[in-house]
Amino acid sequence: PAFGLFLFTIARDPLRIIILIAGAFFWLVSLLLSSLIWFIAVKASDPRDEQLQKGLLIFGVMFSVLLQEAFRFLYYKLLRKAIEGLVALSEDGCSPISIQQMAYVAGVGFGLMSGAFSMINLLADALGPGTVGIHGDSQLYFLTSAFMTMVLIFLHTFWGILFFHGCEHRRWWEITAVVVMHLTVSGSSFCNPLYVGSLVPSYLLMAAAAAWAYLLSGGSAQNLRRFLLCK
Amino acid sequence: MITFMNNSDSEEEPCNERTSLMSAESPPVPSYQDGRQASEAGEAQAHRKRRAGSSRSPNNAAGGEHTDSRVPVRESALENEEEELTLKYGAKHVIMLFVPVTLCMIVVVATIKSVRFYTEKNGQLIYTPFSEDTPSVGQRLLNSVLNTIIMISVIIVMTVFLVLLYKYRCYKFIHGWLILSSLMLLFLFTYIYLGEVLKTYNVAMDYPTLFLVIWNFGAVGMICIHWKGPLQLQQAYLIMISALMALVFIKYLPEWSAWVILGAISIYDLMAVLCPKGPLRMLVETAQERNEPIFPALIYSSAMMWTVGMAKPDTAARGPSQQPWDAAEDGKEHHRSPSHTDSQMSEMRSPVPTRQVASLEELEEEERGVKLGLGDFIFYSVLVGKAAATASGDWNTTLACFVAILIGLCLTLLLLAVFKKALPALPISITFGLIFYFSTDNLVRPFMDTLASHQLYI
Repeated sequence: PAFGLFLFTIARDPLRIIILIAGAFFWLVSLLLSSLIWFIAVKASDPRDEQLQKGLLIFGVMFSVLLQEAFRFLYYKLLRKAIEGLVALSEDGCSPISIQQMAYVAGVGFGLMSGAFSMINLLADALGPGTVGIHGDSQLYFLTSAFMTMVLIFLHTFWGILFFHGCEHRRWWEITAVVVMHLTVSGSSFCNPLYVGSLVPSYLLMAAAAAWAYLLSGGSAQNLRRFLLCK
Repeated sequence: MITFMNNSDSEEEPCNERTSLMSAESPPVPSYQDGRQASEAGEAQAHRKRRAGSSRSPNNAAGGEHTDSRVPVRESALENEEEELTLKYGAKHVIMLFVPVTLCMIVVVATIKSVRFYTEKNGQLIYTPFSEDTPSVGQRLLNSVLNTIIMISVIIVMTVFLVLLYKYRCYKFIHGWLILSSLMLLFLFTYIYLGEVLKTYNVAMDYPTLFLVIWNFGAVGMICIHWKGPLQLQQAYLIMISALMALVFIKYLPEWSAWVILGAISIYDLMAVLCPKGPLRMLVETAQERNEPIFPALIYSSAMMWTVGMAKPDTAARGPSQQPWDAAEDGKEHHRSPSHTDSQMSEMRSPVPTRQVASLEELEEEERGVKLGLGDFIFYSVLVGKAAATASGDWNTTLACFVAILIGLCLTLLLLAVFKKALPALPISITFGLIFYFSTDNLVRPFMDTLASHQLYI
């Protein structure tokens, strides 16, 4: 579905593609930095201590989430400046792309990259021979990974919109809400392989974020009804 | 930089590589979508225009400070339009380059992943005589550095040779060399490639069919690249030969040498294009002085070129607006630039892809397009292909390098818009690519693997 989003909404406009790739790049850099920190922490600690390793992993995850949000903020700043430049250069005083569209595209960029990194090795292995969950792990590994990745991609998209909106209107609570949501989702994935604990809250949060972003973007129940009934 | 893939007789002689990125755009083009550069670009534009003696004024916002009151209203309106178009086309150009680079990389990665042949070590080129099978790390490093030095010096020698030939107008020799090398590429490498692919998928093909296929492929390729042909077909062929060459490099360059060579060649590229005595820069300048297009077999052009015949009525129609541009354009960096206004207007009339003429003496009009040297394609693909072949983190590393290279290309194009002259396309992208490759392979991979094994998501 994320790829479909990409095709239908982004592939037309070259500017959006560039913003998308830049968004993916920013996510990548944040991942790099967070894994650097984790790596250093792991190397500096005792590799045989299971609990410590697990704790470090959790710490790594949280730190990575925070870094991702920080990079989203940086990206927002960059895009603000870009919009000013675009407005300046265009002839009728309004930029060819609005900040909301940029927010959407940035979100998709982040999401695609994070989804790709989560899924792609899995997909490659899935092509090969093997049995799922042979060592007593869950048999639904692939399925749940797929769903989780999808929900994460969508969430990133919505978070992008919410985050940028919060930054635009200086509503700090929106930004903190996004960060908290992200932390919650990542934290819920700690419940794996108890999939109920991670998938369900994530989907609920996604629905909530979707509704919120939709409302923020100017939609309303009426619009939705009209769209669905094809008026 | 213009990159040039010349394969002479033996398979082991890699070509003379020159990489450059040239823009066919008009000078007073403000920067693209990135507003960071807007003010500097605006200022630069203002200065350049004043120097060029034209009476237009840049109309961007950085310009609120520009107060050139000699601007006739008509021209400023025209210019606004141009800037607007420029901006839109700025992003479009980037995409026009993204697509072929992506395609080339996809072809290389797909081949590397599926065909075993290209990851087996079956010997080395004579340009990299030192083997890397040595026991100690220091020795290996030394060998790779020596290999690199040899390779780079070969490239420098060939480049200088080519530039000298060009300067002294030995066109026939150059054309002959190019034709010979592309002949070899098209036929020999394609034969090997096809053979390996067929082996991998266990498809049997008899010799007559093979001969027919390769003959057709090669003949059409030769015609397309060196003579006229539909633009897309030519682009497809250029992508294919870049991919083939990249595959050869990936196979025959030993591990560490490949990385060191990549680094060294981007430094070389930087120097060769930007230093006043650099061979590539001299080539570009000579070509511009003589108002000739650079050899079509060396550059990937994303633009469509109008034939001269078609251009004439357009020229007549837009006569008056062309004058100030021509005056400004005489000494400018690209020989195709005089007609940028026309080309922009033509763009508005749904440009018709016409056939590309190999060498035109006169100035023809061309939709503003960006040109990227073939060596750039090749080295980008080598980077990504090596990442796919040797990284243990497989797809993550490949993906990371891919994004890094694309971003580097974006930045380079941005700089191109700012500086308006031929720029080396390799350094930024390759640097990003290398950084991301090594860091992703060593840092991100363990992290992601651990996360995936616990099924945690960040």
